[in-house]
Amino acid sequence: MSGTFVGMPAFPSAAREALQDDQLRRNLANATGVIRTKRAEVVDEVDNWEELRVAGAAIKDEVLLHLDEYLIELEASLTAAGAAVHWARDADEACQIVGDIAADHEVDEVVKVKSMATQEIGLNERLAQRGISAWETDLAELIVQLGDDLPSHILVPAIHRNRDEIRDIFVESMASAGKPAPDGLTNDPAALANASRLHLREKFMRAKMAVSGANFAVADTGTLVVVESEGNGRMCLTLPEVLVSVVGIEKIVPSWEDLDVFLQTLPRSSTGERMNPYTSTWSGVNDADGPQEVHVVLLDNGRTRALADEVGRQALRCIRCSACLNACPVYERTGGKAYGSVYPGPIGAILNPLMKGVGVDEQTDSLPYASSLCGACYDVCPVAIDIPSVLVELRTQVVDSHRGGAPDAFGAAMAGAAVSFGSPLPWKTVVLATGWAGRLSGPLAGRVRSSALKNVPGAAGAWAGARDIPALPKESFRAWMKRTGGQE
Amino acid sequence: MSAARDEILGRVRAALAPSAKTERSRVISRSYRDVTAPADPVSLFVERVADYQATVRLVSAAGVADAIAAETEGMHCIVPVDLPWDLSNAEIDDFQSNDELDTFDAVVTGAQVGIAETGTIVLDHQGDQGRRAITLVPDRHICIIRTDQIVAGVPEAIAELNPQRAQTWISGPSATSDIELTRVEGVHGPRRLVVLVVY
Ligand code: SF4
Repeated sequence: MSGTFVGMPAFPSAAREALQDDQLRRNLANATGVIRTKRAEVVDEVDNWEELRVAGAAIKDEVLLHLDEYLIELEASLTAAGAAVHWARDADEACQIVGDIAADHEVDEVVKVKSMATQEIGLNERLAQRGISAWETDLAELIVQLGDDLPSHILVPAIHRNRDEIRDIFVESMASAGKPAPDGLTNDPAALANASRLHLREKFMRAKMAVSGANFAVADTGTLVVVESEGNGRMCLTLPEVLVSVVGIEKIVPSWEDLDVFLQTLPRSSTGERMNPYTSTWSGVNDADGPQEVHVVLLDNGRTRALADEVGRQALRCIRCSACLNACPVYERTGGKAYGSVYPGPIGAILNPLMKGVGVDEQTDSLPYASSLCGACYDVCPVAIDIPSVLVELRTQVVDSHRGGAPDAFGAAMAGAAVSFGSPLPWKTVVLATGWAGRLSGPLAGRVRSSALKNVPGAAGAWAGARDIPALPKESFRAWMKRTGGQE
Repeated sequence: MSAARDEILGRVRAALAPSAKTERSRVISRSYRDVTAPADPVSLFVERVADYQATVRLVSAAGVADAIAAETEGMHCIVPVDLPWDLSNAEIDDFQSNDELDTFDAVVTGAQVGIAETGTIVLDHQGDQGRRAITLVPDRHICIIRTDQIVAGVPEAIAELNPQRAQTWISGPSATSDIELTRVEGVHGPRRLVVLVVY
């Protein structure tokens, strides 16, 4: 039902379209601003935040550097707890496994709790091909699904829709998917939430099978953890007879006690709350409580490729809190869709090329340039991923992969485009920020400075339409942000 | 086992091969746990639960039954098998179907741990708390916790809890901020949460 990212235009042109959509820009600016403030307040409350960040990074690194051993341990403890463990090398294999389980139980619909991993593998579309409807049950995902739309933010996927649009989507589309919207539905958020409660309750009550992801998988106990707000997660994890969880292999933590870090840092970083409303944990099958058939699909789909990159592998620490998105001035102006991936924002700009490889498609190759390297993402990251350093490394890799001997128009154009995607909107003055160029090292830096200012040939021609060819900046990006707060 | 398993493990090993191999240590600096404990965890707990728009009341042990009765007046209630208080108007959990659970107005349970710092109650679904579905489907959850079950923070709670048991951590009623970031209490879980703190 919901759209797919395949065939999206590369970042600069997608960004241009997004920038022209005033409504989207207003919604995003408002939302990211609100979450940023809330996050800062609850993070300030915690005296030992830096220690928590360091511990979070150390725990994840410990797992990543011994991932084979931890995977085997997790498999053993899940099996001992009564779960069936499956391994999926790629999206196809994962979708096949989930579809086969559904077919075994002869179900033609499953309920789903929001999960980046299942979105990444395009599970809903694949299940639809087999005649199985996958119902998203998170309010925002429901809005996206009913609106036949794409999510724009990890945490609030419908951040690009305002209440009037949501009301219209519900009124138009709920009936064809199940229980229709109540008569006379208004645009009041409480009324809209109630409409989704009524619409989805019917589905929860009859669903035989649920599909989830997991925020964490504890290796030594086989415990999976789902962190959520609305209770749709609890519904999916508790009521159906069969539960299938698709879990990226990087989701492991070694021990139960390690959760005391992440259950502090994730909610505060993510929704800016001391704690999210609901966290569910379960280890395999529980006697007479919840699903009596539990499956776990361990998903690679490019994660081992990212692991092989010694600089980039830290991206696999990511706990998908989305703090870096909200902190990012580029994201705030362009929205998530411009990234053409389920992983948008700063983390998406590194994760996608790391998982898919560079030099394969233009969309992915453009992502490491979707940043001004201002460093705000690193400052807020609860597992201390140094996103700017990884971006710089990936830019080098992109340029290398396109170097065909002749002058590398592609790489230079990318670099030029990177700093000016905001034009002709408020970023007019933010072209070729000196702070940014100064961060680059080696031959790339020289090339950027010399090429980006000239009439760039080849690939750059295509880019020029999406932006004004950069002129020298009056001030650096940081200085501009500081002076205007991004509101020029 | 499966070819996929072998291949993924092989890819992991190949990816890690160039890096220096160290032993699994599991040794992480736990200095983040060195924090000053709140002076009065119970008041902090009460304050933080109230922050989530839940109803929270301090009641004496002798007053619990009355407090429950007041919160459930006129309601069709379900209770877990081992709830230590008698409710005249309640049915005991007897593996009612999901549809039957949907006909109850309220559920009354105990709790396992309370976390002061975050205003969280944790259920591990033992006899006084019941299976997960009964605290999920009815629209109102009345949860009773003793002051001696309240710990300072998340690390203390994790240390006390048994990972082998399914758990539900509850911080306020269900909520969403998906519509223009306006917080709306009550989506799919109980829309009303009442916490009775027994001293
Ligand atoms: S990279 Fe860090 S800040 Fe961004 S989503 Fe992941 S954990 Fe959160």
